[in-house]
Amino acid sequence: MMNLRSLISAVARPLAASILMCVAASPALAQLTLELVGGGAPKYAIAITSFPGEAALPVGLAQIVRTDLERSGQFRIVDTAGVSPVPTESSQVRFPDWKARTAGFLAIGTVTPAPDGRLTARVRLLDIDKQAELGAFAYTLSNNLARATGHKIADDIYEKITGDKGFFNTKIAYVKKAGTRFDLMVADYDGQNEQSALTSREPIISPEWSPDGGRLSYVSFENRKPQIWVHEIYTSKRTLVGNFKGSNSAPAWSPDGRNLAVTLTLSGISQLYMIPSSGGEPRRLTTSSGIDTEPTFSPDGASIYFTSDRGGGPQIYRIPAGGGDARRVTFKGSYNVSPKVSPDGKTLAYVSREGGQFRVNTMDLTVSGQERTLTDTVKDESPSFAPNGKMILYATEIGGRGVLAMVSADGQVKQRLSVSAADAREPAWGPLGK
Amino acid sequence: MQSIKLWMIAAISAMVLSACGGDPVKPADTRDAVSTAPNTGNTGASTNTIPQVVPPGSEEELMRGKLAERSIYFDLDSYVVKEQYRDVVMAHADFLKRNPQRKAKLEGNTDERGSREYNLALGQKRAEAVKSMMRTLGVSEAQLEAVSFGEERPQEAGHDEAAYAKNRRSDIVYPRP
Repeated sequence: MMNLRSLISAVARPLAASILMCVAASPALAQLTLELVGGGAPKYAIAITSFPGEAALPVGLAQIVRTDLERSGQFRIVDTAGVSPVPTESSQVRFPDWKARTAGFLAIGTVTPAPDGRLTARVRLLDIDKQAELGAFAYTLSNNLARATGHKIADDIYEKITGDKGFFNTKIAYVKKAGTRFDLMVADYDGQNEQSALTSREPIISPEWSPDGGRLSYVSFENRKPQIWVHEIYTSKRTLVGNFKGSNSAPAWSPDGRNLAVTLTLSGISQLYMIPSSGGEPRRLTTSSGIDTEPTFSPDGASIYFTSDRGGGPQIYRIPAGGGDARRVTFKGSYNVSPKVSPDGKTLAYVSREGGQFRVNTMDLTVSGQERTLTDTVKDESPSFAPNGKMILYATEIGGRGVLAMVSADGQVKQRLSVSAADAREPAWGPLGK
Repeated sequence: MQSIKLWMIAAISAMVLSACGGDPVKPADTRDAVSTAPNTGNTGASTNTIPQVVPPGSEEELMRGKLAERSIYFDLDSYVVKEQYRDVVMAHADFLKRNPQRKAKLEGNTDERGSREYNLALGQKRAEAVKSMMRTLGVSEAQLEAVSFGEERPQEAGHDEAAYAKNRRSDIVYPRP
């Protein structure tokens, strides 16, 4: 389990005067708040009682589990107020009572001291209709891992019931702009534990997580031109990997973490190149007479999807990751950009402009090719899949302010993440927690 | 009372008439005037305009005339330097040719609509358009770098056409030598 410590590093490199390394902002004050703004009909109804003993922790586990499952949009949380005594063993559960409360599932648990001075959380998951125990989970934790443990319990319950991995123990990165100050922020997916990895007086764009979740690549304008950095999140050590003549941008990690597909302007126009993620000489991937940019790998590493206007207006194309002939992927409308592939490789998310409005769309990449508009916001940018493929995080504008939003891959569930007194943009969803 | 009024009118009239110079005005005769203007052709002293010495290749030279203009504005969806800005580009190209040790950065920009990375690439096209024109005019590659800020550094913060027009531009920037 990663332990987020202060992000000032002893090995910080000398930097332009405009860059500071920021100490963590107070983690208790979630300036980034996540709210559910639209939900389809949730498929499952679950009751989660409080866990006796959890008052010893800085945050209650049961409430984290309830909030996580509700945010997935797939669970209705059944009220447990007035349940007394709270069952702590499966044998104590009276199934007809819970059925009467319309619960399809029940989670109960306890938190007790462990021999080594830490704590043990035990959780039981029960199927009310089948009147049977579905799963038994145990976790050892110290106080500072309470929140992460709550998310892990939610993940385990979610996976047991739906068969899919949860995304509750994940991180997001995004860029915050407040006046003339830009911060590259890292937070839990729900906005908690926000920390600044980089502070700058010049813009930061296009953050992307390394596949192992330990690094972020991004574009910074701190030296008055766009350059690509690779930044080790937990040590603050960073390396300038894209500093070629002209503009350097749009870094995308290969699935093995070894390379970055990037956009460079060495030939006088934006084209795709590959560089080692530790820095090194670029190898050209595309040769077109138009703009090629926004590369992104398919999860199997075999293909790169990208935006190109070689045909007139910007559309999405695909090439073999080693270079080769490009094939056009989008054909509807005159402006399709910002491709991202779902973790299972079956869905493409992108932004489509129609009638002056920019919206996140998905396309089925397998057989049907069916396209669908997911959002009802109109200034969408930067779609990013949750690591379980069920939700898409993106940036948009509401009431003139930059906010982040989430929409489920079927368009049913909608969430909003807003930052107080600042604009949020350029989000990227990190990989599954270890 | 009547007589005092009349007297006052007469007195005032006289004052007004004398102030206006009741006599007819004589046309001025320049031959009578003491000359302070340059007086070429005379054997006496004459004044000279001392030319201001502007060191070539200097910051001062860059502040004068067409060189003080640093922004080239583009039409929507356009990456061609308009006729009205050719003089500006030519003036800067000329300056750079005369001062081969100076470098210029051409910074391309776009309005805010659409994908940030695609806009970065479009801004690059605007920077390259100015660079290309300068290269054609004979400026060396080593003196020029084309970069883009995309939509990230707008000149105007608004969200209307007027603001967008100000943001579709290339700026010519001279780093301190």
